[in-house]
Amino acid sequence: MSTTSAVSTAPAANGSQVSAAAAARSAVRRRTALVWAGRIGLAVFVLGGWQAFTAWGIVDPFFFGQPSGIAKRLVDLFRHGTEFGSFYSNIWTTIQEALVGFALGAVTGVVFGVALGQSRFLADVLGPYIKMVNAIPRIVLGSIFIVAFGIGVLPKILLAAVLVFFIVFFNAFQGVREVDRNILANTRVLGASQLQIIRHVTVPSALTWIIASLHSAFGFAIVGALVGEVLGAQSGLGLVIKTAQNNFDPNGVFATMLVISVIVLGAEWLIGKLEHRLLSWRPPAPSEANSL
Amino acid sequence: MASRNDVATSPGAEKIGRDSARVEISGLTKRFLTPAGEVFTALQDVSFTVEPGQFCAVVGPTGCGKSTTLSMVSGLDRPSEGSVKVGGREVDGVTDGVSFMFQTDALLPWKTVLGNVLMGPVFRRVPKQKAQASARDWLRRVGLTGFEDRYPHQLSGGMRKRVAMAAALINEPKILIMDEPFGALDVQTKAIMSTELLGLWEQIRPSVIFITHDLDEAVALADRVVVMTSSPGSVKAVFDIDLPRPRGAVQEIRFQPRFIELQHQIWDCLREEVERAYARTAGGTA
Repeated sequence: MSTTSAVSTAPAANGSQVSAAAAARSAVRRRTALVWAGRIGLAVFVLGGWQAFTAWGIVDPFFFGQPSGIAKRLVDLFRHGTEFGSFYSNIWTTIQEALVGFALGAVTGVVFGVALGQSRFLADVLGPYIKMVNAIPRIVLGSIFIVAFGIGVLPKILLAAVLVFFIVFFNAFQGVREVDRNILANTRVLGASQLQIIRHVTVPSALTWIIASLHSAFGFAIVGALVGEVLGAQSGLGLVIKTAQNNFDPNGVFATMLVISVIVLGAEWLIGKLEHRLLSWRPPAPSEANSL
Repeated sequence: MASRNDVATSPGAEKIGRDSARVEISGLTKRFLTPAGEVFTALQDVSFTVEPGQFCAVVGPTGCGKSTTLSMVSGLDRPSEGSVKVGGREVDGVTDGVSFMFQTDALLPWKTVLGNVLMGPVFRRVPKQKAQASARDWLRRVGLTGFEDRYPHQLSGGMRKRVAMAAALINEPKILIMDEPFGALDVQTKAIMSTELLGLWEQIRPSVIFITHDLDEAVALADRVVVMTSSPGSVKAVFDIDLPRPRGAVQEIRFQPRFIELQHQIWDCLREEVERAYARTAGGTA
C-alpha cells in the first residue's frame, strides 16, 4: 500500500484538496447520522405502534403480547427463573447444545466437503445419496433422535449438527472445486505431495466459502437445539418457549425469542472476528467497505 | 540412470547435472475428446530437443498446442503418443527439478511474498532456517527486499512476476518452463523483466522452454526458436539464434542488424501459420 502512497499523497498537500477532504468527511458523517436516525425511527415506529395498538385495545395483548409486557416478563425470567431451574441455566443448556452441534457439524462438513471435492470418484458415488438425504426435511430427524437417545442434550446436539453439516458441506465442496487450476499445477510442479496441496492450497482456498457458510450455519445450530428442546427436554430455551405457549403467555415466547436473537448476534460477531483473522489476506472488497 | 536425482552439488557432479537437463521431445501427439464426443488433435508428431542450459523459445499461432506441450514436459499431462525425455529418462508424473512459470498469477493469495517463495523449499522439506535464508536471498536477487510480509494483492503486476520468478528459481531447477510469463505485463515492464530473467538465468543456467507470442522477445532471449504450425500443432522450423551472450538489455539488442535479419526470417516462416489460424477463427465465428 505504502509504495503507491508517495505519489497519491503529494498533491493532497495543497489547500483545495484539504477542504475537499473535509467536505467529504462531513458528508460521510451526515450520512451516518441519517442512517442511525432512520434505524431508531423505524424501531420506535414498530414497537410504539405495537404498544399503542395493544394499549388501545385494537389488538388483544392476550394473544399478541405487548412490548412493555415482554420487557416485564424478561426481567421476571432473569430474576425468578422458570419452573425448571434458573433462566441462566436454561440459556446455558441451549448454548451448549448449539455450540457442540455447530462444532461437530462444521468439522464433519469440512472433512467430507474437502474429501469429496478432492476425489471425483467419491463425489460421483456419494453425490446422489447426499442429495437424497439433503432432500429429507431434517427437522423430523429430531423425533427419531429423541426416541433413540432420550431427552438429554445428545439428540439436540445431533439435530443441530445435522442441520449445520449440510450447509458447511456443500460450501466446502464447492470451495474445493473452485481452486485455481494454475495454482494447483504450480504447487504440484514445485513438488507438493497430496497432503501438502490440501494443507497449503485446497483448504485455504475453500476457507472463503466455508466461513461464509458458518454465518448462516450457527443460526441453524440454534434452530436444531431449540426444535429438539421443543420436542422433548428437561431444560433449555425451547422448553421455556413451549411452556410459555402452553400457558398462553405470548410475552414469555417473545422474551425468549429476544434472548435467542442476542445469542445468535453474539455468535455472528465472533464468527465475523474469526473471518477477519483467517481471511486477513483478502483485498478489501468494495462492497465490504460500504456495508454497515 | 543414476543421474536423475543428482542436482549438481559438487564440481564432479556438474557434468551429470548438466546432462540431466536435456529435454528430448519426440513424436509427441496429444488428442482430446471434445464434449461433443469428437477427437481433437491438439499436437501432431512434435519433436525438438533442448540442450542442457539452452534457452529455447517456442512461437506459434494461438491455439497451436504450445501450452499442451509444456504440460507434458512438466509431467502434469500425459502424451497420447510419443515421449518426452528429460535427462534421458522418460517423463512419468511430475518431473523432478522442473519449475513452471505461468502467464496468470500462480501465487497463493493467502500467503505473504515470503511464504510464496518458501513454498518450493517447504514442499521439499528443507530445514526451516535454511529455507528462510534462501528465500530472503532470492527476494533480494529479484529486488524485493522489504516486501516479504506483503500479500500478492498489494503488489503491482511486475512485482508479482518477480515473486513468481523467485518462487520458480529457488529450487534451482534444471529445467525452467515458462508459459508466456510476461504476456500480461505492459511493454516497459516486460522489457525490464526480460532483462532480469536473462541475468538470473545466466547465474544458474537451467534449460529453458519459453512460450511467447512476441517474436522480438523470442529472438532477444533465446538460443533456439521453435516455430509451430497452426492446429494441429507440429514443428515447422527450428532457428538457432547466434547473437552473442551475454546480451545485456533486451531493449537495445533489437536494433542490431543480425537481430533484425533473424527476426525477419522467423516472421516469414511464422506469418503463414498465423494467417491460417486467424482465418480459421474468423471464419468460425462469422
